[in-house]
Amino acid sequence: MHIVDGALSSPVLITGAVLTVIGVFIGLKKMDYDHLPLVGVLASVFFIASYIHLPLGFSSVHLIMNGLLGILLGWVAFPALLVALLLQVIFFGFGGLLVLGVNTLNIALPAVIIYYLCYKGIRHESAKVAAIWGAIGGAGAIIITSLMVAFSLALSGESFVLAAKAVLPAHIPIMIIEGFVSYAAVYLIHTVKPEFITKDAH
Amino acid sequence: MSQGLEHSLTSWSGQALKHQASWIDDIDARVRVVCSGLFALVVVSSQHFVPALLGLLCAFLLVKSSKLNIKRTLRRVVAMDLFMLMLICVLPFTTPGDPIFSVFGLTASWQGLLHALLITVKANAVLLVLFSLVATMSASTLGHALAHLKVPDKLVHLMLFMVRYLDVISQEYKKMRRAMQARAFVLRTNRHTWKSIGYLFGMLLIRSVERAERISDAMKCRGFCGRYYLNDEMKIGRVDVVFGVAFLCFLVLLIGLNIDDLFK
Repeated sequence: MHIVDGALSSPVLITGAVLTVIGVFIGLKKMDYDHLPLVGVLASVFFIASYIHLPLGFSSVHLIMNGLLGILLGWVAFPALLVALLLQVIFFGFGGLLVLGVNTLNIALPAVIIYYLCYKGIRHESAKVAAIWGAIGGAGAIIITSLMVAFSLALSGESFVLAAKAVLPAHIPIMIIEGFVSYAAVYLIHTVKPEFITKDAH
Repeated sequence: MSQGLEHSLTSWSGQALKHQASWIDDIDARVRVVCSGLFALVVVSSQHFVPALLGLLCAFLLVKSSKLNIKRTLRRVVAMDLFMLMLICVLPFTTPGDPIFSVFGLTASWQGLLHALLITVKANAVLLVLFSLVATMSASTLGHALAHLKVPDKLVHLMLFMVRYLDVISQEYKKMRRAMQARAFVLRTNRHTWKSIGYLFGMLLIRSVERAERISDAMKCRGFCGRYYLNDEMKIGRVDVVFGVAFLCFLVLLIGLNIDDLFK
């Protein structure tokens, strides 16, 4: 999921960085200081989520949950994910410094898209229906993310096309798991604390 | 193995990587951040092996002199290198060039192999420099340094908040996981696991949001008006200038080595 430094070509790096800066700018505009504790805490929850490794046959996958983050935060997902990814690069060595823009874009843009797609559905009064939208959001964000990762690899050179083609099937299991997990999470929130979703955060 | 990984990573609460005191700790945080950023820029845009390898050598020297635990540092890089290994296996077959050998009608090329190796060298060099220069300060020092470097206030605040609450939330997570373990829950590949983890995650979200509301109330009660104050004054001293100039000279050397004619 994290692309490393040195792999992508400079046009891709620059485009990614510019788009991320725009996204972060919009996100910061939409976030006032009153929201800081909420955004900070939610960003930490997603940071922790990316260390929950679920077994898959002989290997394991980790949750990404950018769909759910997008549903909760909207555009603010951009600054939240940028900070999370920056900390991951520096202190854990996941990804790289110059590809930070591309990596943030690949995870945060799907989150924002899912926010607009599932905005209505997630606020449905029936917990089941809302949870199904949550599952669509969770799985959908992974599809868009893996497509974007594949594109950023493929645009960086002919020789990466095969690797790019491998990205999509590799993400299918994660997509399925994430769909189920998001379904359960939204279902629980809807039953336990519906105002958390239904109230308009922004 | 994944369980061990999970534990070590969720117990991070914003502290610097474990290391003994070294001269690198005395250098101003801003100088270290800027230097590693420039280093990444120069090394990643290198076209040849010589500057990239020199960069890697410099990175090793910095790791050595920052007195990081070598074994642990290498273990952090290995995770990335496993991903790179896949790329090294793929790239030779997809890049046209002089053949090395062929399997099942597919030919591996020298150019592809060299390209993959170059990427590996660059990625490792950048990460090692980040570890030795930036990760040897605590995350809150990094936040303050970024604030002094004119990174938007809100972004820095977000980072400081996040670093603070990572620890709190990971404890909450561990508590809930322990409760599940006490009820004989084992992670498997089935829908029951996914549903339980989904519930765990949803509950974690709810508890965290309630906590965020309490935090925000408590802060308002103490007169929080929307910003932290950065009390620490960062001053550029002689050590900082010497290190900065030496590092810049080295980077200029790397840029110089990238001029094409040198190798033709």
